[in-house]
Amino acid sequence: MITFNINGKPRQIDLPTDTPLLWVLRDHLGLIGTKFGCGMALCGACTVHLDGEPTRACVTPISAAVGKKIVTIEAIDQDATGQKVQEAWLTLGVPQCGYCQPGQIMAATALLKQKPKPTDADIDKAMSGNICRCGTYCRIRAAIKQVAGLTEVKP
Amino acid sequence: MKKPLDRPELSADISIADDILHIANISRRAFLKDLALTGFVLAAGFPSLIRADETALPSQKGKYGADAMPHGWVDNPLVFVAIADDGTVTIICHRSEMGQGVRTSLPMVVADELEADWQRVRVEQAPGDEPRYGNQDTDGSRSMRHFFMPMRRVGAAARTMLESAAAAQWQVPIQEVRAEQHQVLHPATGRTLGYGQLAKAAAKLPVPARETLRLKKPADFRYISKGQLGIYDGQDIVTGRAQYGIDTRLEDMLYAVVARPPVFGGKVLRYDAKDALEVPGVVKVVELPSSPPPADFNPLGGVAVIARNTWAAIQGRKALKIEWNNGPHGTYDSVAYKAELEAAARQPGKVVRNDGDVDTALKSAAKQVEAEYYAPHLAHATMEPPAAAARIVKGKCEIWACTQSPQASRERVAKWLKLSEDNVTVHVTLLGGGFGRKSIPDYVIEAALLSQAMNGKPVKLTWTREDDLHHSYFHTVSVERLEAGLDTQGKPVAWLHRTVAPTISSTFAPDSKHQMPAELGMGVINVPFAIANLRIENPEAEAHTRIGWFRSVSNIPHAFAIQSFVAELAAAAGRDPKDFLLDLIGPPRRIDPRTLGDTWNQGESPEVYPVDTGRLRRVIETVARETGWGRTLPKGAGLGLAAHYSFVTYIAVVVEVSVNEDGKLNIPRIDVAVDCGPQVNPERIRSQIEGACIMGISLATLGEISFKEGAVMQDNFHTYQLTRMDEAPREIRVHLMPTPEFDTPLGGVGEPGVPPIAPALCNAIFAATGQRIRQLPIRDQLRKD
Ligand code: FES
Ligand code: FES
Repeated sequence: MITFNINGKPRQIDLPTDTPLLWVLRDHLGLIGTKFGCGMALCGACTVHLDGEPTRACVTPISAAVGKKIVTIEAIDQDATGQKVQEAWLTLGVPQCGYCQPGQIMAATALLKQKPKPTDADIDKAMSGNICRCGTYCRIRAAIKQVAGLTEVKP
Repeated sequence: MKKPLDRPELSADISIADDILHIANISRRAFLKDLALTGFVLAAGFPSLIRADETALPSQKGKYGADAMPHGWVDNPLVFVAIADDGTVTIICHRSEMGQGVRTSLPMVVADELEADWQRVRVEQAPGDEPRYGNQDTDGSRSMRHFFMPMRRVGAAARTMLESAAAAQWQVPIQEVRAEQHQVLHPATGRTLGYGQLAKAAAKLPVPARETLRLKKPADFRYISKGQLGIYDGQDIVTGRAQYGIDTRLEDMLYAVVARPPVFGGKVLRYDAKDALEVPGVVKVVELPSSPPPADFNPLGGVAVIARNTWAAIQGRKALKIEWNNGPHGTYDSVAYKAELEAAARQPGKVVRNDGDVDTALKSAAKQVEAEYYAPHLAHATMEPPAAAARIVKGKCEIWACTQSPQASRERVAKWLKLSEDNVTVHVTLLGGGFGRKSIPDYVIEAALLSQAMNGKPVKLTWTREDDLHHSYFHTVSVERLEAGLDTQGKPVAWLHRTVAPTISSTFAPDSKHQMPAELGMGVINVPFAIANLRIENPEAEAHTRIGWFRSVSNIPHAFAIQSFVAELAAAAGRDPKDFLLDLIGPPRRIDPRTLGDTWNQGESPEVYPVDTGRLRRVIETVARETGWGRTLPKGAGLGLAAHYSFVTYIAVVVEVSVNEDGKLNIPRIDVAVDCGPQVNPERIRSQIEGACIMGISLATLGEISFKEGAVMQDNFHTYQLTRMDEAPREIRVHLMPTPEFDTPLGGVGEPGVPPIAPALCNAIFAATGQRIRQLPIRDQLRKD
């Protein structure tokens, strides 16, 4: 039996310790906001925060998450920056299908908490691990800049 | 954050307690049923209340557009609208949401005509049931094109019923009352009645005849054409509550993955499940039958591992020992196949259009130019891979799936399980991308078969990314060969285009070797160029994998070749590519597509939707103006133009690039001019076009699925690369052509943005570097070592 802290609450799980956090969240805890996209840390759909660090849950065995604070998209609105990111996402109409967006929001929130005024290069670096097949990148960049209070030239 | 009104909650906290499972779809259905009992008065969910003549299939009404689609359209308000006592208006969306915004845009059309306050509207997703809702195949960029008018009539009819009910209650003539924002007013006396108060009485009134409906004037639209509503599911998406097919959770559900034959047409020879069954959590291993050709929508067969969670199923699959028989396509090899296509393109082929005398004109031309273009297979790679859940209880099968074709899913599942269609329910979840992959319900059938194998227990099937890339219904692969003759003024006098590509028809009739009219009609046969001598040929190509629909379909290779070649001709003629293209298109005129040999015309009427070269010219002129065509750029930078007409929409694109000394490509900006007729939801049109730009850049720079010994060589996003943030265009400007009067017919939006991107990019690279790209993807072709 392993105990973790997920979204501020202790949770217990009885599974092999090499099970990736992603499947524990999705299949056992019903936290389906964390998405599966590749299973190989290639797409960012499964991004969660582990002690504030953006982390790919698909390659993180639960043994590595023990003793850490796990935050998923379901609780990111409890963070002031996370909430602002969500609001900017809606104001600028970022999502298309929306499937990648929980991961994008987790990555963007982590970036903005570490660098409240990110440069374009910072944004590229922090966000390029997150694929959006619908192609919402321009709006993601604009939304991050909006949260950062950096003006984005609008056509 | 503000919560939108009355949204069914999927509370993560509730479902966290491991065994309490909570499915939004079920709760939504329960919600519908409860409301039906307590006062859903314009009755959704009660087919018996609908008069037979109202659901009579309209498909026979005409040959074109929605009329020609299976099950046509339905505009009965009783099918699409329900109003509760508290005034909540529920609007049914019968098309699948995959990012195009249809769950916002179609209900918004109803709400506008209904004078419903959007804040008090709920959207309910229809299950697969085309006889009831009309066509539900969400593909071909036609949801709005085909359902704008039916949805307006739905709203107008419901509004009229509410007005009649109010007039009756006040005993005044209906002309004296008017509906406005969720209530009916009697201005003469200042009386008002809310929709909730009127709903019960309104529901008892007859549905007004179609011809008597008063539709709003465009000037009175509240939501249509305004683009001010956020997407309906936005809140759920950003909070992680949105439900996709892969998110389905049912009580006692098992989780499955399938090992499918690596080569199309292959079979399981023998397998050993011993190790797989020892993986903790694995419950059962079952063989799924393979199907004889044609591929159709049939599952590929293979060996399934069913487990207590997805990870255990994946681990179990890794432990399977399977010997495959690869079948007849075990030698499919993309390198050899490319050479085959090239050889075919260098020989005459079936003539599919022939104007004038191309051979003589070519021979006597002052200058001959020829070029061959290659565009490889692609996989859709929707971020949500295919997934579906199924359970069978007492002979009734229920499915939850991210499907673009709920009706086909229902029909096929019924056939495979030998059930009547009435006993199959397909709930449509959100789709984490579709792009044509999810038009094909092979994975839905698989889920049903797996539940059947578990005696009806709920089973969710997940495709891993590897499954998705290995077993797609791939975008075709093509060689396009073009030859042209220019006269002494540099004017084209002859045009010969040979297009060679395995056809989608081969998926349904394996012997098909020629592109079907719907493929030829995607920009190759219907080129609206003013050239007297023009011949299009289509040599044979045999398919060795399942060819399917990929967003924009054959327009991608066709536009890539044609729009690249036009720029090559401009260069050969020493002319500006934009002026050259405009001259080639010629003066504004409306061409009957049949005179171009295009009998298909995107399924639309040739009279209502002629090929309008004036509109094509206008998007080109607009994008050139907006982008500052001709402006001076620094060394290594360039602008490239391409224009393409597809899905009855006119698009022109200018891509700006810079290529540095090492050959690294940078895309600072793309401008797109779009004439898709009237714009119902301009905000979502922009987002679709922005997305099309990224997909176009992605396929042009990185996209390639290739085969060796019959199997796909790409496994995941490290080998099938997609454009990421750092290589995406930095800025995309979408210029929508104004049509405030709503006086032209609607065009498609989801797909037509993609085809012109690759040629515009390659033309820009040529402008920047002098290097001409004829083979996609570009990958490291620009690199200087
Ligand atoms: S699913 Fe974890 S990075 Fe793609
Ligand atoms: S919004 Fe669809 S994948 Fe990003």
